[in-house]
Amino acid sequence: MAVDSVARHRRGYYLYLIPGFLGLILIVIGPQIANFVLSFTAWKGVGTPRWVGAQNYQRLLTDDQFWGSMHNTLFYMLSMTVIPVLIGLVLASLLFDYVRDQFSERLSSFFRAAFYLPQILPLTVAGVLWGWILNPVGVANAILKMVGLGALAQNWIGDATYALAAVSLVIVWVQVGYCLVVFMAGLSRIDPALYEAAQLDGAGWWQRLVAITVPMLAPEIFVVALTTLIAALKVFAPVFVLTQGGPDDATLAPSYLTYFHFFTTQRVGYAAAVSTVQMILTLGLAVIFLVFQQRQAERGV
Amino acid sequence: MAEATVFASNPAKAAVAHAHQARSPMRWLVLAVLLALLVFTLFPFFIALLNAFKPGTDYVRGGPLSIPTYLQFDSIAKFWKDADYARKLFNSTLISVTVSVLAVGISLFNAYALGIGRVRGSTVILAILLLGTMVPQESIIYPIYWMAKTVGLYDTQLSVIIVTAVLHSAFGTYLLSSVMSTFPREILEAAEIDGATRWQTLTKVVIPIMTPTLMVLGTFFFIWTWNEFLIPVVMLVSNNNQTVAVAMGLTRGQNMSDPTLQAAAGLLGILPTVIFFLIFQRTLTRGVVAGAVK
Repeated sequence: MAVDSVARHRRGYYLYLIPGFLGLILIVIGPQIANFVLSFTAWKGVGTPRWVGAQNYQRLLTDDQFWGSMHNTLFYMLSMTVIPVLIGLVLASLLFDYVRDQFSERLSSFFRAAFYLPQILPLTVAGVLWGWILNPVGVANAILKMVGLGALAQNWIGDATYALAAVSLVIVWVQVGYCLVVFMAGLSRIDPALYEAAQLDGAGWWQRLVAITVPMLAPEIFVVALTTLIAALKVFAPVFVLTQGGPDDATLAPSYLTYFHFFTTQRVGYAAAVSTVQMILTLGLAVIFLVFQQRQAERGV
Repeated sequence: MAEATVFASNPAKAAVAHAHQARSPMRWLVLAVLLALLVFTLFPFFIALLNAFKPGTDYVRGGPLSIPTYLQFDSIAKFWKDADYARKLFNSTLISVTVSVLAVGISLFNAYALGIGRVRGSTVILAILLLGTMVPQESIIYPIYWMAKTVGLYDTQLSVIIVTAVLHSAFGTYLLSSVMSTFPREILEAAEIDGATRWQTLTKVVIPIMTPTLMVLGTFFFIWTWNEFLIPVVMLVSNNNQTVAVAMGLTRGQNMSDPTLQAAAGLLGILPTVIFFLIFQRTLTRGVVAGAVK
């Protein structure tokens, strides 16, 4: 085919991009730009936005609620990423490298499926269930009383001391399944001969985990870590349902703060500034992710 | 019986396993740890089921772990009626199915141009799309909310459908493009030699071959949309339009004093998910992997 015919040939394909691109511009790019512009204004949602320059960002620097939410985000990164990745690795390795050998493949798949179940539940349903379990007269305290540990009963989600840990627990409960499933799929591409050789050399389960599983799963660990870190920056539904950011902002997340200012206090410009910061942080992680994927693709993985 | 089948292992396999690892008492410790984690994972499901049909007096007397002396269906009926749950299920289904079809369609068109057509700038376009799926919804929600109000689409399911479909299709395009870029060239060339137009190649050649992948993608879109919270909670204010996820998000705290009603609410929220899970278990646990790593 001649070069210009190839070019003409390709041009026809652009037509197929039209619906997707209209949508992208209307729903993602346009609103994103509008939000960025709004972050430099004072606006109550009605009338004309008033240009205030960087004032929203200056206020943000001294806003305890904003810094509190950022501080909490570090905790949410623990419960969205660090703890589930660690539990997921140990579980995946146990199910793949131990339970399958010692018990059966079916038992291993059964465990995998069961651990995955919370992951596909609507977060609000998870919130209703755990809200009921953790409230002062809820299931957790009732059980503590039943076994004679009534003294340990707490207002788990209503007391600022425990609320962040309680919300984190729910997030870990949801997240472990995702890590587990991705890691187990990654394990299935590892050559079983590696494990057999290690076993012949007398390596125990833990040594195989550290020497084979973790290094071989490096790409999966990276992908899971980055996607969940990005998700940690956007924690919203569990906070909305369980604590509404309280008590005393103990569980406040940036997403909830923006939601609160957009739709409750109607400080649209300020909320836009908070969400812009959130967007830039996300974008930073996303770019790292893209560069990594590109490298993987080049290496042909 | 179910337990017996789960535990029964194939004798041939067991022999091989023996050759691999000596069976030690450790295995029971490991199993105990796994079972403890399993109990923790399934506890909320179990406790909701146990209490949703429990008479209030039983709960007061025996607490959340007691076995009900008889079964009552009032809590389920009350939540079903108060929340207008049938309506919510209908709304969630309608929105999720529509989004699923629409988003698969947009993804397919995009991926056809990017993965098979290999139009110039594919890499850049894909990067933009992927970033589009990653930016926080909070940073686009207000302008979308304002636009919807301006054009009269606020509080309509159509607004949620359009926004969600576009957001999901960005991810779908990314996934399908990478699958389609490995589409066998010989088949495409054969279609071209036979005089097929681009549209015919798409509908008569590409779609039939890609159907399994499209079904997986559609399943994911369905469940993601079912679980979507921020967009519907902002866009759908009237009770009649709301989805299951929104109804659940707003029930919070309302029935604090009635534990069996909370159990009933939880159980009704769980039920659709468990049904999807039983139907699509294999698709879901495999598909998530394609989504994460590819």
